[in-house]
Amino acid sequence: MIRYPRRTLLRAGAAFVGASALGFPAIVKGQAEKIRIGHLTPLTGFLGVIGSYAQLGVKLAAEEINQSGGILGKQIDLLSEDSINPATASTKAQRMLEQDGAMVLLGEISSASSLTIMQVAERNKKVFFSTGARSDALRGKNCNKYSFHCDIPNTVMVNAVGTALSQKGMVKGKKFFTLTADYIFGHDLLKAAKTFFGAHEANLIGDELIPTDATDFSPYLLKVRQAKPDVVCCNLAGNQVTNLVKQYAEFGLPYPLVGFNLNTGDAWAAGAGNLTGTWPTVWYHTLNNPTSHAFVAAFSKKYGKTPENHAWIDYITLKLLAEAINTAKSTDSNELIAYFEKQAQFDIGKARKAYFRSWDHQLVQEAYPFTVKPKDQMKDQWDMLVLGEAVPAAGDPLETIYPTREQNPCEMKA
Amino acid sequence: MQFEFLLEQVVNGLVLGGYYLLIALGLSLIFSVGGIVNLAHGAFYALGAYVCVELTKRLGFGAAVVIAPFAVALLGILFERFILRRFYTADPILSLLVTFGLAMVAEQAIRMIWGAAPVSTEIPQGFRGSVIVGDFLFSRYRLLILAVVAAILLGIWLLLHKTSFGRVVRAGIQRPDMVAALGIRLQPYMTAIVMLGVGMAALGGAFFAPITTVHPAMGAEIMTIAFVVVVIGGLGSFWGVVIAALLVGVVRGIAIHFEPAAGEASIYILMFLVLLVRPRGLLGERIEKFE
Repeated sequence: MIRYPRRTLLRAGAAFVGASALGFPAIVKGQAEKIRIGHLTPLTGFLGVIGSYAQLGVKLAAEEINQSGGILGKQIDLLSEDSINPATASTKAQRMLEQDGAMVLLGEISSASSLTIMQVAERNKKVFFSTGARSDALRGKNCNKYSFHCDIPNTVMVNAVGTALSQKGMVKGKKFFTLTADYIFGHDLLKAAKTFFGAHEANLIGDELIPTDATDFSPYLLKVRQAKPDVVCCNLAGNQVTNLVKQYAEFGLPYPLVGFNLNTGDAWAAGAGNLTGTWPTVWYHTLNNPTSHAFVAAFSKKYGKTPENHAWIDYITLKLLAEAINTAKSTDSNELIAYFEKQAQFDIGKARKAYFRSWDHQLVQEAYPFTVKPKDQMKDQWDMLVLGEAVPAAGDPLETIYPTREQNPCEMKA
Repeated sequence: MQFEFLLEQVVNGLVLGGYYLLIALGLSLIFSVGGIVNLAHGAFYALGAYVCVELTKRLGFGAAVVIAPFAVALLGILFERFILRRFYTADPILSLLVTFGLAMVAEQAIRMIWGAAPVSTEIPQGFRGSVIVGDFLFSRYRLLILAVVAAILLGIWLLLHKTSFGRVVRAGIQRPDMVAALGIRLQPYMTAIVMLGVGMAALGGAFFAPITTVHPAMGAEIMTIAFVVVVIGGLGSFWGVVIAALLVGVVRGIAIHFEPAAGEASIYILMFLVLLVRPRGLLGERIEKFE
């Protein structure tokens, strides 16, 4: 029998654990007479849960488009994969465009991965729809001609929640303590929050940068208590929001917890008894309009569960892309960009129609603050949130909650 | 004031370390006795959490947290009897492969049964909130976990050091050939050890279900930290793993006190330093069969 020194064994063990983080590429089949579309989203890691909703949403959209005749008479061949991390996301994006012949890319939730895909799109002169990334910098100093941004940016989330908090007298003169995800998205959200605090006479008395692989928040909660703030504010993302919300309920600290970022998937994962406070959202399945109703019905029928906001955003993005290609009668990148830059209006399942702003390619749309429904009033486990009034208010132009040209340093090269 | 805050982090780190111990101790025991690096250990942790959430809906959390580890430990028997047992004397790379594969199968199975979206459960009302002892803030629920871990630890120590069962197991770690020469079959002992280790991992999962995200990949999440603890503590040593778990919790707390962004990196730096000075781990014993 061969004897292995135990250190070799342990090293091999560690290598295996590491390898499991890498994932495996999907098998690609070549098919003619189809329009190939590449979709990347995190299916593993702290954003993996909401990413799997995004994948379900985009698959449903492709199926519906194909059933109604496809794009320009051709069927969509959707290639959807786990983006894993920024480096892998970029490699996969390059491969999808170069080897698999994808004509357009969409997807992503991580702002860090989205940034690398944006660079690939620009290099290859192909359009990329960044569906779920929220960092202001992506549509600001990092913007480029080939990238479009569908989710609401950090500034909008801060404005949506901040406005709701102001109305409750929870901003002016109050001491805030923030817990921030330590990557581009969190840094960016903190910056937007600081701008808001500055403009509304609130004080930021402490901020903790939290690595994205942290699952235990007890040391940070002790520091919150030591600082004695008036309001605790969560600038985290993905599973970390869920973990924080659960552990905040566990410790039962007396300061109200609010957040500038939340996806409904994280809220559901936290559970009804744990979540409190005011948070922002881009979409919720209870929105009352025909497009939204139809999507919720189709999704629930196909998958047996209620769609989350990332399912919705990847669904409507592929839908509006198909609509654009069919109207513009072209899949050429430049013609598509020109079409979107005319600020064509799209029905995205909200009261007001949305459009991509010509100069920064941001999908301008409504957003909503929400609070949490008391447990005994919930119809089912998905019925957790009470949406506040849409922002901006009904009479105001949509762009009032978005960064202005002066605030947003986006300059697109021709 | 600063010093008190730091001390509070140290105490909190000890509590957290106690929880890491639940997962790491089983991993270490299975390796010490069977020579198998059980990469599927995290899967049992995840199963413990899921079974607990499921049972909570029917029987309440109190019953769930007790029954779930036993239910998963029964699975552990099958795991030992039909899979691990074939690999005790085989090339170790084979057991790595088979447990790694099993971890993936388990994760996908969880995804198929419960879906990719997390499931949730809550701490029972009576254990919510925190208590202040002296100047220190403790989560009531974590104090409960700590008490249970301490009781289990005492139980395992007594089992290993004060019973004939423990004598055979300890002899089996050092000199399996001598144990065999005395006409004692180690296999039933191995079944018991795997059951114990897997049950503890499941208990860890059940306890953490109300305060962490219960999702299919949660097993992989905990494996890294369990490995770090085992490597720092040293193999074959009961107290080594105990000390390492507490140390990891404390070092993380101290790192977060001074430099929050370095919180997670600190435990790997600790592992690096320990291995540099003591490649065998803090209290690792020389075990002939692994040299």
